[in-house]
Amino acid sequence: MDMYYLCNENFEHKLKKFDIQKIRADFPILKREVNGKPLVYLDNGATTQKPKTVIDAITNYYSDMNSNVHRGVHYLSQISTDAFEVTRRKVQEFINAREDAEVIITKGTTDSINLVAACYGKAFIHAGDEIIISAMEHHSNIVPWQMLCEEKGAVLRVIPMNNYGELDMDAYKSLLSEKTKLVSVTYVSNSLGTINPVKEIIKLAHAKNVPVLLDAAQAVQHIAIDVQDLDVDFLAFSGHKMYAPTGVGVLYGKRELLDSMPPYQGGGDMIKDVTFEKTTYNELPFKFEAGTPNIEAGICLAVAIDYINDLGIENIRAYEDELLDYATSKIKEIAGVKIIGEAAKKSSVLSFVVDGVHPYDIGVILDKLGIAVRTGHHCAQPVMDLFNISGTVRASLAVYNTKEDIDNFIAGLTRALKMLL
Amino acid sequence: MTINEIQDELIEDFSFYGDWMEKYEYIIQLGKEVPLIDEQYKIDQFIIKGCQSKVWLFPELVDGKINFKADSDAIITKGLVSLMVKVLSGHTAKEIADADLYFIDQIGLKEHLSPTRANGLLAMVKQMKLYAIALQSR
Repeated sequence: MDMYYLCNENFEHKLKKFDIQKIRADFPILKREVNGKPLVYLDNGATTQKPKTVIDAITNYYSDMNSNVHRGVHYLSQISTDAFEVTRRKVQEFINAREDAEVIITKGTTDSINLVAACYGKAFIHAGDEIIISAMEHHSNIVPWQMLCEEKGAVLRVIPMNNYGELDMDAYKSLLSEKTKLVSVTYVSNSLGTINPVKEIIKLAHAKNVPVLLDAAQAVQHIAIDVQDLDVDFLAFSGHKMYAPTGVGVLYGKRELLDSMPPYQGGGDMIKDVTFEKTTYNELPFKFEAGTPNIEAGICLAVAIDYINDLGIENIRAYEDELLDYATSKIKEIAGVKIIGEAAKKSSVLSFVVDGVHPYDIGVILDKLGIAVRTGHHCAQPVMDLFNISGTVRASLAVYNTKEDIDNFIAGLTRALKMLL
Repeated sequence: MTINEIQDELIEDFSFYGDWMEKYEYIIQLGKEVPLIDEQYKIDQFIIKGCQSKVWLFPELVDGKINFKADSDAIITKGLVSLMVKVLSGHTAKEIADADLYFIDQIGLKEHLSPTRANGLLAMVKQMKLYAIALQSR
């Protein structure tokens, strides 16, 4: 009880420091109603809402600078190319990459992971090799590796986890061998919220000369990432989960690795010279960026990063942690609720089931109350199988969520359970 | 009663419920009235795909008419399938295949027909009509 009181007190303190009402005012969609009720948006793990600066930047791109990038000598092409390249440098600073050429602009996390599976796979994976993933991956970090293993006759190994949703590091150590050619794990689990000990995972892999890919789709908007400090080899994330538009994402890779990999797709932008006899490929990063990219989303990613930087990623994390603690303590007061994912270190995800109630039914009633959550398997079916459930209800947080959102969610859940039980 | 008479009756029933909460409570209640599928038929063959929750639907041809039995692991979905069974069960294959299910819109459940909804009401309707066509041609 004392603990809860202290936590709550601390929370109020943080609230004052962080001007949440000002932040909420930056997101126009939060003013709307759903089913006659004020919107309570708790599906941020699926995608975040966009601040007005990002929305305005989309319009501004098309009203003021629309033109293809990296090819025109004319003015508009130059300014759109400049703006697109600003994003690359913003991302470089944001994750502390050595150089902007190590930042590949992709369509999103899935695209980034598929790029590595295809290109690293082509160059380095052979029959009998092993790739290690973890038991808490979502489908985007399972299926590309399965496809690669099937094609090459390689073997997929899976790091197990305990009932709290924490990886078994001893099992991981014993999985690492001379056969291991790549480790690909998530930084933060989308279905459980677990923050994995990625630095240790990377260190252990490097001790065996194995590169590591981190899926940072659920981490980059909550946790400060320094790729040099982590010494990570590949890092993948999406724009749309970090307040930027959909259709843009990032693959960071160490230059020496990217240089040693063949191109991904063939087409414009990725070539140096093309004749019908032979094509020579462009330098990094363009080697991996065939075709016209999603220019407006790419440009707006820089605006979203500015937004995060203005608030401060450490402040965001502290605030969201307090909010998650508050939500966790509140939901534990409801009888029959079982939290799925109780790792010691968690970020922004509250996944749960209720005895005798289907997650779908809870989702429908909450929706009627204007509360958006995700229900189902969260594209992580193996995780659900492990807990022997078909799915969960997931509330996932972003920087604009408030204590009132949590209170409304808890009240809505209580009301739903009254109807459903 | 014809399919349309049953639909009209349901539209009248639902008109008594002012707010969504009463409506959903009624749907949940209807779920308890659905003729339950025999446990032995709760197998993959009788699962309707496209639902976040599981729906089992079993058709039977009795004296030229089709009877449906069903179940679901989610109670709102069970209510929705119960509504469909109420309307379509006990009719000939041709009547089922030709049915215009206007009641769904009129009782305010149109949102559940959207393909993006995970409850698969659309898939249920489609499957019931497919069963009817299959049994008709037998």
